[in-house]
Amino acid sequence: MKTLKTSTLKTIALFAISTMLVSCFKSKETKYEDSSQIPVNLEMTAELTAPPHVPTPVGKRKAKKLIVKMEIKEQEGEITEGVRYVYWTFGGSVPGSFIRTRVGDEVEFHLQNHPDNKLPHNIDLHAVTGPGGGAESSFVAPGHEKVFSFKTLNPGLYVYHCATAPVGMHIANGMYGLILVEPEGGLPPVDKEYYIMQGDFYTKGKNGERGFQPFDMQKAVDEKADYVVFNGSVSALTGDNAISANVGETVRLFVGNGGPNLVSSFHVIGEIFDKVYVEGGDLVNENVQTTLIPAGGAAIVEFKVDVPGTFILVDHSIFRAFNKGALGMLRVQGEENEKIYSGEQYEGIYLPEGPGIQEMPTTGEIVESKVPAKNIDEQLEFGKRIYMQTCFACHQAEGQGIPNAFPPLAKSDYLNADVDRAISAVINGLTGEITVNGKKYNSVMTRQMLSSEEVADVLTYVYNSWGNNKTVVTKEMVDKVKGKK
Amino acid sequence: MFAKAFSLTSVFLVFHALGFTQAEGMVNIKGSRYIPLYGRDSTVVEVKDFQIDKYPVTNIQFSEFLRQYPKWQKANVLKLYADDSYLRQFKNGTELINPQSGNSPVTHVSWFAAKAYCECQGKRLPTVDEWEYVAMADEVSPDARRKPSYNQEILAWYETPRTDEKSIGKSPKNYWGVYDLHGLVWEWTLDFNSVMISGESRKDVDKDSDLFCGSAAIGATDLMNYAAFMRYAFRGSVKARYSIKNLGFRCAKDIDVNP
Repeated sequence: MKTLKTSTLKTIALFAISTMLVSCFKSKETKYEDSSQIPVNLEMTAELTAPPHVPTPVGKRKAKKLIVKMEIKEQEGEITEGVRYVYWTFGGSVPGSFIRTRVGDEVEFHLQNHPDNKLPHNIDLHAVTGPGGGAESSFVAPGHEKVFSFKTLNPGLYVYHCATAPVGMHIANGMYGLILVEPEGGLPPVDKEYYIMQGDFYTKGKNGERGFQPFDMQKAVDEKADYVVFNGSVSALTGDNAISANVGETVRLFVGNGGPNLVSSFHVIGEIFDKVYVEGGDLVNENVQTTLIPAGGAAIVEFKVDVPGTFILVDHSIFRAFNKGALGMLRVQGEENEKIYSGEQYEGIYLPEGPGIQEMPTTGEIVESKVPAKNIDEQLEFGKRIYMQTCFACHQAEGQGIPNAFPPLAKSDYLNADVDRAISAVINGLTGEITVNGKKYNSVMTRQMLSSEEVADVLTYVYNSWGNNKTVVTKEMVDKVKGKK
Repeated sequence: MFAKAFSLTSVFLVFHALGFTQAEGMVNIKGSRYIPLYGRDSTVVEVKDFQIDKYPVTNIQFSEFLRQYPKWQKANVLKLYADDSYLRQFKNGTELINPQSGNSPVTHVSWFAAKAYCECQGKRLPTVDEWEYVAMADEVSPDARRKPSYNQEILAWYETPRTDEKSIGKSPKNYWGVYDLHGLVWEWTLDFNSVMISGESRKDVDKDSDLFCGSAAIGATDLMNYAAFMRYAFRGSVKARYSIKNLGFRCAKDIDVNP
């Protein structure tokens, strides 16, 4: 017992001495005017993280030889529910693994192209001073590995991406990520750090069209994105994947934009950025509402969260957020602070995906889905998805509608009385006074841009929910009503 | 009429000269002048009449070659001619690890081995210009490069994983009667690392001809170039001893002037 205690004391003493030594040494440490002169000692393997996480801060560590091993994988994933897409990735995620370095590090970069991959790739790191940002030296065939080294000279947050021809296609498929070069002594400590990167995607089918969707080069050239998302897919930062913090904490977001085409007007609904490291560089702006992040650029934003709630991250080019997927969530837990915000918390009206626009079609042509529902279960599943995209905003989650404005679909006498009339309302729209469950409504429902298949699915879902009469609506029934028109 | 007779004769000659028959033989390609897929300022190249294999060389066919020429077996091959991935789908000798893959195109094969295979049959690898010339046909026309459907299909293939495991001859033949130029595997060409890529695309920064950001963007006049850029980028990334999972080959042959 006694010996144990002594040894503990000794350790403490030793620790104290060594701390003193370190601090003595530190005070003598020379400031290097020229980053290229910073010496490195020791070698370490870099910690790489998949989004939304970032590796441990560099803190006070000295410049080192840092070994980065990055594997390229071409792999299938889901861009939104039911929509498959082949991503090309650095490290198996979109965006690619986060690399964290400090100024003066000598990075030995290993780029490994998985043997199953079909294409050669390379990497252009914007943090590299040298031709092609490393692209020439890293051009690697499938089943091979290339190694090159560089010294990090300028602190900042930088994009890396694949630069193999056709560059646009490689980037459009997800080949981008962020590398952080921290200044001497590291960035000031904060409570939470996250990694978010926006990207635009171009698929053969329109937004939400189910099944495997190949890349569409023409849409990419025309800059007509089907999806604009954070972290590679519509739901990467929503629901269970939301990022989180506690009231009173300071949150730092490393935000990049891979493009390939669109610039981001990055905004967090209900927050003001206390600090923005503009374009990821040294310039710090304060009290910013929305910061512009160019394609192939980045920014560091910081803010203290004062009140609980769900804060929505968006590209404030707002149709991208609500109709193309550029939406994420930050959940803040803790005590209410009514001095700062007294209102009730409201969430759920933001639609993270889907063609929720109420717009009159310009032509009569609406393309049928290539993947029709095989059975009633699938009809219900697809129908629910359409309902959440198209009907939810007015008729609400449980079909309860909104009093005096939008009639209920739950236990609706109007609905259950006449299926053809219901079909007609969806395909032709409905205007004028109607009575539903004894109440009068006089409002406008626009004609919906849905295919016959989709109308059948969504109505089947509605008829089989919330106490309605379980009618199964088929495509043929819808076509019949269309014919009468 | 004359052309047909000529073609029959030459096919006969090919079989006769070889002793070891390529099951589905070759087809005649009528040469011409054309502008290859790359860039705006590309010059016209001329392709003379030649013959090319209908199908990519399969695992079974390559296994037969290994039996006849054991020096190309995995255990015996010179390291100078093949890297560590060479013939990964074979056990040590001539036997496939997965016997089901006999009709899949042979891959994990170096340029040296591919070249030797063709030469042992009195053939050679096709040149880049020849290969691109045959590959620009779709089912109905010899030059489909301006058709969006043609390009879309090729690009979709470049994105689809594991196509090397498919069997040959399952998709329609092209205008010339040649199968599977797109859709299964990349193919070696005799001069894969010449012309504009010249092996320097990985190094030089001065030339406009390299295939990185700038030049790809400037040269890409329309969609058709993108598919081509990917092929040229691929060719630029490989060396002759590389043996890659998605890279196979087929052989070509000059048309004999003397009967």
